[in-house]
Amino acid sequence: MSTDVAHEEHHHGPPKGIGRWLFSTNHKDIGTMYLTFALTMLFVGGASAMYIRAELFMPGIQFMEPDFYNNMVTNHALIMVFAVVMPAAAGLANWMIPMMIGAPDMALPRLNNLSFWLLPAAAVMLILSTIVPFMPGTGTAVNTGWTLYPPLSIQAGMGMDFVIFTVHILGVSSILASINIVVTILNMRAPGMTLFKMPMFCWAWLFTGLLLIIIAPVLAGGVTMLLFDRHFGTSFFDAAGGGDPVLFQHLFWFFGHPEVYVLLLPSIGVIAMIIPTFSRKPLFGYKSLVGGMAVLFTLGLVAWAHHQYTVGMAAGPTTWFMIITILISIPVGLMLLNFMMTMWRGAMTFETPMLFAVSIVLMFSFAGVTGIMLAVVPADLEYHDSMFVVAHFHYALIPGALLGLFAAAFYWLPKWTGNMYDERLGKIFFWWNVIAFNLTFFPQHFYGLAGMPRRIVDYNPAFADLNMLSSIAAFAYGISHLLFLYIVIKTVKGGVKAGNKPWEGAQVGTTGLEWDLSSPPPFHSYATPPVVK
Amino acid sequence: MSVPEKREKTGQNKNRKTTLILGLIVVGMFGFGFAMVPLYRLVCNATGIGISGSSGTGRIVDSSTTKVQKDRWVTIQFDALLNENLRWDFYPEVKKINVHPGQSYEVSYYAKNKTDHKIVAKAVPGITPWQAATYFHKTECFCFTQQTMDAGEGRDMPLKFVIDPALPEDIKILTLSYTFMDTNRESIRDTREVELPVSVKHEG
Repeated sequence: MSTDVAHEEHHHGPPKGIGRWLFSTNHKDIGTMYLTFALTMLFVGGASAMYIRAELFMPGIQFMEPDFYNNMVTNHALIMVFAVVMPAAAGLANWMIPMMIGAPDMALPRLNNLSFWLLPAAAVMLILSTIVPFMPGTGTAVNTGWTLYPPLSIQAGMGMDFVIFTVHILGVSSILASINIVVTILNMRAPGMTLFKMPMFCWAWLFTGLLLIIIAPVLAGGVTMLLFDRHFGTSFFDAAGGGDPVLFQHLFWFFGHPEVYVLLLPSIGVIAMIIPTFSRKPLFGYKSLVGGMAVLFTLGLVAWAHHQYTVGMAAGPTTWFMIITILISIPVGLMLLNFMMTMWRGAMTFETPMLFAVSIVLMFSFAGVTGIMLAVVPADLEYHDSMFVVAHFHYALIPGALLGLFAAAFYWLPKWTGNMYDERLGKIFFWWNVIAFNLTFFPQHFYGLAGMPRRIVDYNPAFADLNMLSSIAAFAYGISHLLFLYIVIKTVKGGVKAGNKPWEGAQVGTTGLEWDLSSPPPFHSYATPPVVK
Repeated sequence: MSVPEKREKTGQNKNRKTTLILGLIVVGMFGFGFAMVPLYRLVCNATGIGISGSSGTGRIVDSSTTKVQKDRWVTIQFDALLNENLRWDFYPEVKKINVHPGQSYEVSYYAKNKTDHKIVAKAVPGITPWQAATYFHKTECFCFTQQTMDAGEGRDMPLKFVIDPALPEDIKILTLSYTFMDTNRESIRDTREVELPVSVKHEG
C-alpha cells in the first residue's frame, strides 16, 4: 500500500447512508451505536420494571399471571445487565479509549463491528422469549429469574431455549468486545503513554475486559449444559440421572458475582475521571486505586458462593466465602476513600457529571453497608430472597453502574457532539432521578426486613403502604429517563459550542488525550500517534 | 519497507499475538466450565466439604474387620420422599432403629408402582447431619442402581449398612432420607400439565 492512498483514506469523512452504520469499523460510530442501543434497551428493560411495580402497587393479583410476572422479573434483569449496562460501558470504551491513549482506532475494527451487530439479534431473541410462551403448546413462561436455576429452568417452556441462545449470543458479543478492548489498551498506546500514565477509565476497562474473558465462557458452558439437559437427555443438573442442580448455581455465580464488578468497574473508571476534573485536583492515590481494582478483580473471582448460603453447603466453604466477601469491602472502601480524598479541599463545582459522581460515592457506600449485612451467613439466612436483597443490589447497581454511565454521558457529550448540554435541564434530571430512585428503593429495605419475599407476584397487605410509595416513586423514576433522552437529543441537535476543553479542570493530573482533539473530534483521529511526555 | 509501514506491521503482529492469547483463555475457561462437572464431585468427596446432608460415601466396606462398639447406641431414622413426577408408594418398613456402631444391619424400604405403565426410577439419598455422612457406610442399597417396576408391581428393597465406630460422640441421631424420582425426563414436564388420576387425588 502506498503512503499516498493511506493518506487519502485517513482524511475523507464518514461514508454516506445506512452502510456507514452496517459496515462501520470506526470506533466512534460503533461507540455511538452501542450507546444508542443501550439507551433504547433502557426503555425496554424499564418498561418491564414499570410492569412489575404496577403489579406490586397493591396486594393481590391485579393484571398479571404469576408466571408472566416472573417472566417480567427475568426480562428486566437480563435486559438491564446484558443489554443496557454492558453495551453502554462498551460504547464508552469504544468512543473514549482510542482517543484517550492516542490510538487511531480499536485494535480489531472488524471484530468490533461483529461484536456490536450481535447485540440487536440477541435483543430480538430475548424479546421473543417473552412472546413465545403466549403461543399454544410452548409450555410455561421463563419464570426462573435471570439466574435460570434448574430444575425449574429445565421444566420451563420453549421461551427458555430463546433465553439460552440469547445468553450465548450476548456472551460471544461481550467476549469479542473485551478481547478487542484489552488488546487496544495493551498494544495501541501512543509512544510515551505507559500503563501508569493511562487515564483511570482505561485501567478500569482493562480489568473489566480481563474479567469478562475469564467468566463469560463459564456461563456459556453452564447454559449449554442446561440446553443439553433440556433436549438431549443428559443429566448435568438432574438428580434422577446422577447430576446435581447445585452445580449449575456454582457455574452461574462463578460468572454472576464477577459480573457485578464488570458492571461496576467502568463506572468507577468514569467517576475517577470526573471527580478530579471538578475538584480541580489530581486523583488522590492513582496507584492505590489501580491496586484496589486488582484486589477487587482477584477477590471477586473467588467469592461467588455467597449467593448460595441457603443451598446447604457445609460450614467450611460457607465460612470461606463469608470471609472473602467481607474482605471485598476493603478495596471498595479504599476506592471510595480515594474519591473523598480527591475532593478534600478541592475547588469543587457541581456541574451535572459531578453531582452524579458525588451521589454515587454516597449511595454506593450505602449498598456496601447492606452488602456486609448480607455477607454474614447467619444474618443472610434471614435476609435471603427478601426485598431487602432487591434494595441492596439496586443500590449497588443503579449508583454503581447506571448513574456512572449517566455521569459519563454528561461529561463527554460536549466532546462527542461539540455542543454543551443544557446545564439547567441536566440538574433537574439529576435531582428528579436521584430522589425518585431513593424513594423507590429505600422503603424496600424496610418491607424486606419485615418479611416480604422477592420474585412473588402477591404480598401480605401489611406491606401495602410502602409498596404503593415504591410504585409511585418508580413511575416518577421511570419517566425521568425521558428527560434524559430529551437532553441528549437537544444536545446532538445543537447548543452552545463546547470547544476542545469544555471543562476547565479536565487537564488536571492523569488525564487522557481526548481533550487535545477538537469537539466533535474528526472522524479519524490520531492517524499519526502523538508523543506523550 | 518504510518506517511507518514497518511499525504498522509489527503492531499488527503484536495484536494478533495478544488476541490469540486472550482467545486461548476464552477456550480454556469454556473447558473449565465443563471440567467443573467432575471436579465439583471430586473436590466435594475428597475434602468432605460437599453438600450438607449429602449422600454418604456409599463405599462397600468389609464389616467383619470393624470393631463393634457394644456399649454405644446410635439412633437411625428412616425417611422416604417422592419427587412430584413419580406416582409410587414408597416408605420404610421401620421408622427408626437403634444400632451399635461397627455392626452390620439390614432394613428395607417398600415401593409400589401405582401407575399403569412400567417406570424406571432412581432413589437419591441424603444424610443429616452432614457431618455424619462420611461415617455411614452402605454395603447394599437399592439406591446404587436404578429400579424398574412394571405397572402395579410392588416389592421390598433391602438396605445394608454399618456405622463407622469413628462417628463423633456427639452425633446420637442420624436421619437417612431417600427421594425417589422418575428417570424419564418427559415425565418431569408432564407433571405441570397433566391432571393427576382421581385415586391419587383422594389420598391427598
